[in-house]
Amino acid sequence: MNMIVCIKQVIDPEAPPASFKIDPSGNKVVPPSGVSPVVDPYAEYAVEAALKVKDASGGKVTALSLGSNQLRDIVKKPLAMGADELILLEDEAFDESDSWSTAYALAAAIKKIGEYDIIFCGREASDWNAGQVGSGLAEILGLPSVTLAEKIDITDGKAKVQRKTDEGYEVVEVSLPCLITASNEIGEPRYPTIKGIMGAKKKEAVVWKPADIGVDAAQIGAAGRRTKLQKLFQPVREGKCEIIEGEGPEEAAANLAVKLREVKAL
Amino acid sequence: MAENKGVLVLCETKEGKLASTSTELLGGGSKLAKDLGQELAAVLVGSGVANLAAEAAAYGADKVYVVDDPLLKDYQTDSYVPVMEKVVGQAMPQVLIMGQTSIGRDLAPRLAFRLNTAAALGCLELAIDLQSKKLLQTKPVYGGNAQAVFTTESFPQIATVRPKAMAPLAPDQSRKGEIIKVDAGLDASAVRTKVLEKVPEEVKGIKLEDAEVVVGGGRGIGSAEGFAQLEEIARLLKGAVGATRPPCDNGWAPAGAQVGLTGKIITPDLYIAVALSGSSQHMSGCSGSKTIVAINKDPEANIFREARFGVVGDWKKIVPAFTEKLKELLAK
Repeated sequence: MNMIVCIKQVIDPEAPPASFKIDPSGNKVVPPSGVSPVVDPYAEYAVEAALKVKDASGGKVTALSLGSNQLRDIVKKPLAMGADELILLEDEAFDESDSWSTAYALAAAIKKIGEYDIIFCGREASDWNAGQVGSGLAEILGLPSVTLAEKIDITDGKAKVQRKTDEGYEVVEVSLPCLITASNEIGEPRYPTIKGIMGAKKKEAVVWKPADIGVDAAQIGAAGRRTKLQKLFQPVREGKCEIIEGEGPEEAAANLAVKLREVKAL
Repeated sequence: MAENKGVLVLCETKEGKLASTSTELLGGGSKLAKDLGQELAAVLVGSGVANLAAEAAAYGADKVYVVDDPLLKDYQTDSYVPVMEKVVGQAMPQVLIMGQTSIGRDLAPRLAFRLNTAAALGCLELAIDLQSKKLLQTKPVYGGNAQAVFTTESFPQIATVRPKAMAPLAPDQSRKGEIIKVDAGLDASAVRTKVLEKVPEEVKGIKLEDAEVVVGGGRGIGSAEGFAQLEEIARLLKGAVGATRPPCDNGWAPAGAQVGLTGKIITPDLYIAVALSGSSQHMSGCSGSKTIVAINKDPEANIFREARFGVVGDWKKIVPAFTEKLKELLAK
């Protein structure tokens, strides 16, 4: 089973909300100082999904990451978790990609990799929460796709995917090769083992530039965007909370109940 | 090439009726259509859905496209994308909106790529820019830390909208829409997936999304026993229990209780937030609550910036006393 997992490096979404700042240009986020970037947590679920298939059916997992200034200690995490190879599409020309230009470049790289049975993506990424690259990749590559996977079983050259739905879940059988996006129900991403971390240190990431994957400069990064960001802003919070007091927590609690009754919230 | 005009809404069905997310979209879509000075159309895709066309018209659609085919009984990417491609080709809308549902989230991006256009998923608000007539698509980004407004240069401009972000019109049964049947023209062999089974989530009591009162717990609750105490409040108030992500990941609360960007979206009249900090990711699932009440030991917690009323202190002391007082008040 040959698997490719798309990951990316993002600003740590767990950084304290107070550190979140928007650039005065109004179209990008300022990375918080002193907070290291991370592998997108949604992508880590995709890595976990691929590794679970590898545990059950064997095979090779290649992580593929697009961006610029990718810190090796960060983006090597999938290797430390158990992936076999890491390919970085690294160039400033990839900056400010939207779902279109990202999927276009990833698809070109995947064509260059050539052999694959399953491509995994996160259901979205924690920065722009677009939720489109997986489906877009499948469309460009002409593959069937199943999104929001909670569980994957491979039998007889097909994947049985438990897909999260609004009502519960459904089990979808899909032919291979296919694309699957992972939901967090797939299970907590495994921690890298010491052995994994040591192994990852020794492995070199393969770096591909736009020319290496034969992409048209007009189709990648900011140039290839199909969406225009008009405005990026932080919603203003009103912050007029009435703190209910009392002689001790029990009385405050009782006063809260009385207050809620008074304002007819109960 | 014909000009793209009008707003098209993909309607989903639930238990033989239009889904509430769809009537909301028809309400929001009719406002967009009005601002464009154009028509609102609906599209119904499925098996045995033709009889819902009149309902879509009653909720505001001027035209209703109906694609009714047994092959469309279950949503499958490979069958719905070509059908929607065909309907869009015929209707030529300027704007196409769907719900941020398990169907919309899968269909919208794939269809956008198929049609060489772009989509914005999980929008909170859609509006027409009065000057450019472009669709302004506002959605949470960075896990709810910020919001972004996007526009698309190509047609149709596709967006999915989060549940409860728009309000339905009061249905007017005297409104008649033009019904247009479209042949699915599907080749079953081109569908590379098969839905083997559908399993509904088991819900005890009132469904979280429908509850008028929700008691939400966070990491600070610390155990399933703690959540049992929140359940008691929910029971007394005929409400439901919600949670942030850590309690669900730790199994203190069921996965279906998760409220937030990656969980459910709730808009109860009263949201009692207990021992949760009010992260952006959680708030983006509950900020539409009418009244938020916070119980937290940290007076600096973000939840106090979101709440209308609050008590600062240890929930373990506050919750039992609050519960007792509630019982007393409700008995009166």
